Amino acid sequence: MTLTVTDLAIARGGVPVIEGLSFALEPGRALILRGPNGAGKTTLLRTLAGLQPPLSGRIEGAEDRIAYAGHSDGLKPTLSVTENLRFWASVFGGRDIGPALTAFHLDDLADRHAGNLSAGQKRRLGLSRLLVTGRPIWMLDEPTVSLDREAVAMFAAAVRAHLGQGGSALIATHIDLGLEGEVLDVGPYKARPSLDSDFDGGFL
Amino acid sequence: MIALLKRDLVLALRAGGGFGLGLAFFLIVTVLVPFSVGPQSALLASIAPGVLWLGALLACLLSLDRLLALDWEDGTLDLLATAPLPLESVVTIKALAHWLTTGLPLVLAAPVLGVLLNLPGPGFLWLVVSLALGTPALSVIGTFGAALTVGLKRGGLLLSLLVLPLYMPTLIYGAEVARRGAEGMTLATPLMMLAGISAAVIALLPFASAAVLRVNLR
Repeated sequence: MTLTVTDLAIARGGVPVIEGLSFALEPGRALILRGPNGAGKTTLLRTLAGLQPPLSGRIEGAEDRIAYAGHSDGLKPTLSVTENLRFWASVFGGRDIGPALTAFHLDDLADRHAGNLSAGQKRRLGLSRLLVTGRPIWMLDEPTVSLDREAVAMFAAAVRAHLGQGGSALIATHIDLGLEGEVLDVGPYKARPSLDSDFDGGFL
Repeated sequence: MIALLKRDLVLALRAGGGFGLGLAFFLIVTVLVPFSVGPQSALLASIAPGVLWLGALLACLLSLDRLLALDWEDGTLDLLATAPLPLESVVTIKALAHWLTTGLPLVLAAPVLGVLLNLPGPGFLWLVVSLALGTPALSVIGTFGAALTVGLKRGGLLLSLLVLPLYMPTLIYGAEVARRGAEGMTLATPLMMLAGISAAVIALLPFASAAVLRVNLR
């Protein structure tokens, strides 16, 4: 099923950041989000993931189909790698965590506490969570932060495998992942400050 | 849901999880009261139910600011909000885990500490009954307060100010059950009020907690 966004307007902290955005994300495709800092990439991903309501516009085909990975990985430092992953697997319906561990080369670290992992290893564990969710649409916000080149390749391979199985991905990133996907620059959709704002209308 | 409960219990028991914090506070308060009041066994016996209830309530309050804040800081709440689990059940499980790690140990420790305060014999049963009925309400109300203040840095003070008035009815009726029990009076009315308050907050507040949590996650 295609994720369709029509004439979307979103706000961060009450200030509109993007308006008039429309796109469609078909199964098997990846969409790379680009845009300068503060353009609203994170806000867009959070809105699509259902964490905040849009100002206006329609989002179709997103309900319960999105696996969201934000800036923080939601790891518990006192739980081991396996325990962290198994928790998310059972929240999302009890998938086997073996393939996820292998895809991100975490097998050797399986019994280590997440608090003892390096930043890149934590990130890999956070991304491996996507594989156990079984959700078709991945929403990734700067997924390659603190990953080394090898791990970026690992991640790109995981995304490619996901796309190959009919999944889709929306990725906000500034580096080239080597994925064949359209690029969506959110810069042109920057919300204009509205002239007919009636902010002070109530005081007059 | 079971997985979330299990994870919260494991986290509480692991290093730095805060299990025993409330219990230790409860212990310290009730051990220190006889020293500060002085060795007057009659006076201690008459204030024992109130002191034990107040100690249990403050011990509950102590661990509330960690209840949701930790999950919010490391992004777990965002991920849980996008998971198939409804937020209503997330906050209910969180409250249940808080009760199991804070409220239940208090209920079990209260009779032992009652001895230190010279609680009269018939009071022990009703102290345990009133705490067992009242502490779940404290956990559920506390989860609501934690959900209200989840995005705030150093929200602990605001949390206490918001939650304490909501704790008042539970404290009044709970301590009243324990006091009447200790003095051998009839206690059906405060007992029913206490049970009613607990039943009502457990039934209604998870929905309010989930609603404010959704607003705070935006």
